[in-house]
Amino acid sequence: MTAEKSTSAPLALDRADARVKHEAGVAGAVRAFLDRVRSGDLGSLPVIVGLVVIWTVFTSLNPVFVSSSNLVNLLFDCSTVGVIALGIVCVLMVGEIDLSVGSISGFASALVGTLWVNQGWPVALAIIAALAFGALIGSLYALLFNRLGMPSFVSTLAGLLAVLGMQLYILGSTGSINLPYGSALVDFGQLMVMPKWVSHTLAAIPGLAMLVSGLRTFARRRAANLSTPSVAGLILRVAVITVGLELIVAYLNQSRGIPWMFGLFVGLVVAMNYALTRTKWGRSMTAVGGNREAARRAGIKVRAIYLSAFALCSLFAALGGVLAAARLASASQQAGTGDVNLNAIAAAVIGGTSLFGGRGSAYSALLGIIVIQSIASGLTLLDLSSSLRYMITGAVLAIAVIVDSLARRSRASHGRA
Amino acid sequence: MSESLERSASVGELVLSLRGISKNFGAVSALTDIDFDVHAGEVVALVGDNGAGKSTLVKILAGVHQPSSGTINFRGQPVTLPDPRVALTLGIATVFQDLALCENLDVVANIFLGNELSPLRLDEVAMEMRAWTLLNELSARIPSVREAVASLSGGQRQTVAIARSLLLEPKLILLDEPTAALGVAQTAEVLNLIDRVRARGLGVVMISHNMEDVRAVADRIVVLRLGRNNGVFEPDASNQDLVSAITGASNNAVSRRAERLRMERDHSGGAQAGEHRP
Repeated sequence: MTAEKSTSAPLALDRADARVKHEAGVAGAVRAFLDRVRSGDLGSLPVIVGLVVIWTVFTSLNPVFVSSSNLVNLLFDCSTVGVIALGIVCVLMVGEIDLSVGSISGFASALVGTLWVNQGWPVALAIIAALAFGALIGSLYALLFNRLGMPSFVSTLAGLLAVLGMQLYILGSTGSINLPYGSALVDFGQLMVMPKWVSHTLAAIPGLAMLVSGLRTFARRRAANLSTPSVAGLILRVAVITVGLELIVAYLNQSRGIPWMFGLFVGLVVAMNYALTRTKWGRSMTAVGGNREAARRAGIKVRAIYLSAFALCSLFAALGGVLAAARLASASQQAGTGDVNLNAIAAAVIGGTSLFGGRGSAYSALLGIIVIQSIASGLTLLDLSSSLRYMITGAVLAIAVIVDSLARRSRASHGRA
Repeated sequence: MSESLERSASVGELVLSLRGISKNFGAVSALTDIDFDVHAGEVVALVGDNGAGKSTLVKILAGVHQPSSGTINFRGQPVTLPDPRVALTLGIATVFQDLALCENLDVVANIFLGNELSPLRLDEVAMEMRAWTLLNELSARIPSVREAVASLSGGQRQTVAIARSLLLEPKLILLDEPTAALGVAQTAEVLNLIDRVRARGLGVVMISHNMEDVRAVADRIVVLRLGRNNGVFEPDASNQDLVSAITGASNNAVSRRAERLRMERDHSGGAQAGEHRP
């Protein structure tokens, strides 16, 4: 049993086992990718394919769909529900659900309207109060879940009604509060776009960051006698991503440009992606979602993880509500009702975060909400009623969940998590 | 501490001492009045039939279950083990029978779960290197530490679980059926590993149904029967004594079978030598 150990001496530490195929080079990377897809490890592939289909259909029906100005509007609309979907990713990661995000967002917008416009608080303080309220509601769900074992499905369903009631209560008889045009918050939600140089610089950053961290990992792995990823592949990826992002930015800059609000959303997505993949907290979230008892036996504070997931979800929901109020320049009884709830959950699932816990990515909120808003925007351009929009979004959600379930089954039979 | 390690080879300080441990699950008494000692540099085998309470005892020591009554002394101090984290910090590492790995995480993430290096900016390279070092110490045959644990076989998962228990440099290692899912070579490696761990002055508790493995490494064999202490044996105790302690009778299925085989062998005059059974 030690025979192969001695022959493996010149090999990298993780390449000593002769039974494992290791694909090398760009062609190898493509082969490995196809292998992964075939075994059900789909990642973001379904949503990207879906997006291409949706965009092709709508563009062929109405070319205005892909016009720069329509896409800029799309980005404005994405940001509000997108932030809420980002919170949903957090609870789905630990295998739970929050059905009350719509109500929380509505209440947060009502709270900002009341405190800021009616009570004369500084706007920043009103926003902080709304966010704190959101985090508080999430902590309450976590308390009910951790201490009383109340399923999150039920506790958040109760929260949906209770918080909606609070929203109607504080809005009172008037039913809606108009936020003043020309204020910074409303400008942020409706007008403010990045100057061209800022957007182009920001579009270059992901590629640069990938390059720097990739080369650093390469050097460290080689020093540690571990196999190293291909540098050519890294440079190719960096080039594709940088050129792609710069082209998108240049195209959007032909009209108004990239909204700051969308920038905030993407910034939050990137931060959450880092937190979920590169920190101990994120590792614990994935572990709790994958096998709660194993996580507990590994010494993870499972209750604290649930608390952080629920609190973050409601916090993001409240932030989404504030952004929605800014976008609409009003806080009304309708805010956060209707399809906000389900759009946020659908976005996370369509983007590829599993409903079964332990699998997901912050980017699924970004990709999923773009799909949903594309459908909404395309149907609006075709002058079709919301009845059709609901039906189509419902069908897309159903397809996304079917893909998730089938991929899960396929992964199980191929021995993948 | 170093002084006690010096003499641990022969005597060994008392690492763990249980007195009067009982555990009830509703009306069922899984454990009744258990006394149990482990010294540094000693391998104690815990044997017993199914339902004897071995796994329950290990789960109490790992902080998974809480005892209904009784005291636990760890390194001379009375301790309570309210959850697994406390047990881990004290220096009690456990390899559970149901392996307690997260299938959706890769091998490195599982080994370091709860003890990740640089929590705010995970040091994947250092963790992967340490993981390979641990696995190579066990002569593990893991194809890739970057594959999710879901893709590993039972034996490979067992090795990952054992590697994880060694990560924290524990004082006491609890192994619940460590060799049950392993191949011949890996079983030998795990037994070698147990020897090495003992030589380093750690206490080892091993649950096993395999008497051969137990005799190979154990310094003492503690028998549980129906949740009670039922004798302590030296590793050279006869199989018959052990089996009757485990099953609670000298006239039992195992001894009757042994008797029958012996008689058959006597009659056929060794013609059936190929049918050899331990």
